[in-house]
Amino acid sequence: MSHDASANALETPTLFVPRRKQLFTGRRAIVASVFSSLLILGAIVAIFYVAPGGASVRYFFFNPQQMWESFTGNPAKGLSSVGAGIFTNIWMFCVCEVMVLLFGLLIAWVRMTTSAVLFPFRVLSTMYTDLFRGIPILLVIFMVGFGLPALGLGFISSQSPAVYGCISLTITYSAYVAEVFRAGINSVPNGQLLAARSLGLSSSATMKRVILPQAVRTVIPPLLNDFISMQKDTALVSTLGAIEATRAAQIYASTEFNFSGYVVASILFLLLTIPMTRFTDRLIAKDRVKRLAATR
Amino acid sequence: MSDVVLDLKSVTKRFDDNEVLRGVSLQLHRHEVVCLIGASGSGKSTLLRCANMLETIDGGDISLFGQSLSDPRIDPDLVRRNIGMVFQSYNLFPHLSVLENILLGPVFALKRKRSDVVDEAMTLLARIGLSERANEFPDRLSGGQQQRVAIVRSLAMQPALLLLDEVTSALDPTLIGEVLDLLRDLAHSGTTMLIATHEMGFAKDVANQVVYLDKGVLVEQGTPEQIFSNPQHEATRKFLERA
Repeated sequence: MSHDASANALETPTLFVPRRKQLFTGRRAIVASVFSSLLILGAIVAIFYVAPGGASVRYFFFNPQQMWESFTGNPAKGLSSVGAGIFTNIWMFCVCEVMVLLFGLLIAWVRMTTSAVLFPFRVLSTMYTDLFRGIPILLVIFMVGFGLPALGLGFISSQSPAVYGCISLTITYSAYVAEVFRAGINSVPNGQLLAARSLGLSSSATMKRVILPQAVRTVIPPLLNDFISMQKDTALVSTLGAIEATRAAQIYASTEFNFSGYVVASILFLLLTIPMTRFTDRLIAKDRVKRLAATR
Repeated sequence: MSDVVLDLKSVTKRFDDNEVLRGVSLQLHRHEVVCLIGASGSGKSTLLRCANMLETIDGGDISLFGQSLSDPRIDPDLVRRNIGMVFQSYNLFPHLSVLENILLGPVFALKRKRSDVVDEAMTLLARIGLSERANEFPDRLSGGQQQRVAIVRSLAMQPALLLLDEVTSALDPTLIGEVLDLLRDLAHSGTTMLIATHEMGFAKDVANQVVYLDKGVLVEQGTPEQIFSNPQHEATRKFLERA
């Protein structure tokens, strides 16, 4: 029998990476990645030494002595500590995250109801999300932070700037998070709703037992994105005079004419947000492992 | 007491300009199995959805145990607790284990104690030979297994009537048999069922009544012998030739 063009090739195919690229396989790959990382990092650092104004930038932004002083604060000079200030940011966003979760879910829920009685609330919640996703958060902070005290309403008007900041952040971010929840709820296939209602589950039980547990999976990543951005936006509360990290750095900068405090504040914010993103990824991965393990 | 479970009187239903049901009348008695046959789009699914109030009807009347579903005092949740519904695409809850899928209705709709229901659920699972899979998630099961779990899930509510909407249409041909066997089993034990199906052999076997729907009109109704051996209408004859 003769072999025609459609017959398999007689030669054994080579399966190795070309010799030229073997530099980047196995243990060499690690060496290569370390080398390229150092190279790029070095290039970035070099800019601060090569640039004409490099020396003054290094002095005004990355001065270790000034960085340390701004971090610890100096009561003798009337300097607030950036390191202590970050704790104000931390409790602000911890409180806000809980409030935003509850309030955002409530708004999303109301917007998705179909009951005739709730019609006015549906309209209100739609207006709410439209309104507060449209107003810059800084303006909301001003309106709440200067407006509520001006009302002269006793308890409501006698809170600290940080509390007004929390109220503003909650108001604004609830509007975003409500939309995130709504998108998550809408992502659950309609068949799930039909199946649950067919079992005779009430609409609230369907929401609680069937729709929300499935929506949470899709919602977590965008939700945590909003939380990370809210963590950063706690810095805006400095405009009301709350002594948090940014405000402390500002005081330092205007007293000592050195911006190193800003860099310190940035690093502290990074220390907060990076674990958060890592945590999100782990959460998602763990959930997947758990689901797979349960099936064995 | 009359043994009429479900009673449809000249039911009409339209979606915008599309008339899906045009005056369908049908009675279903206790322990009776009625099969709805007809081409896709003939209104079989819509009829089933109207029966458990997933859709509202535009005209006519549907009553369940002599109580009109058009009555404003009717609670749709109570209606649905007495009617089981199984879908073409199973619609098991993917975030719950097989067992939890079955427990959901009795525990959260009927407010029964979980510990009381677990034994019943395990008995149901044993009936379909899936006891060992109770704690697995639905996506680990084959289509046929998932659909049988879905059927058993609606049985856990001890419904007076079971609606089945083309429950084998999404399945591999090799998996259809196990689902139909379960339905045969249910029919023999006296479960009242209204079944939309494309499985003519199955309809011939288990149905007490076969109903042929064409473009929202009930063309012909009779015993399987009448419909399959001696159809009276030209449309029915043509449909059965193609099927």
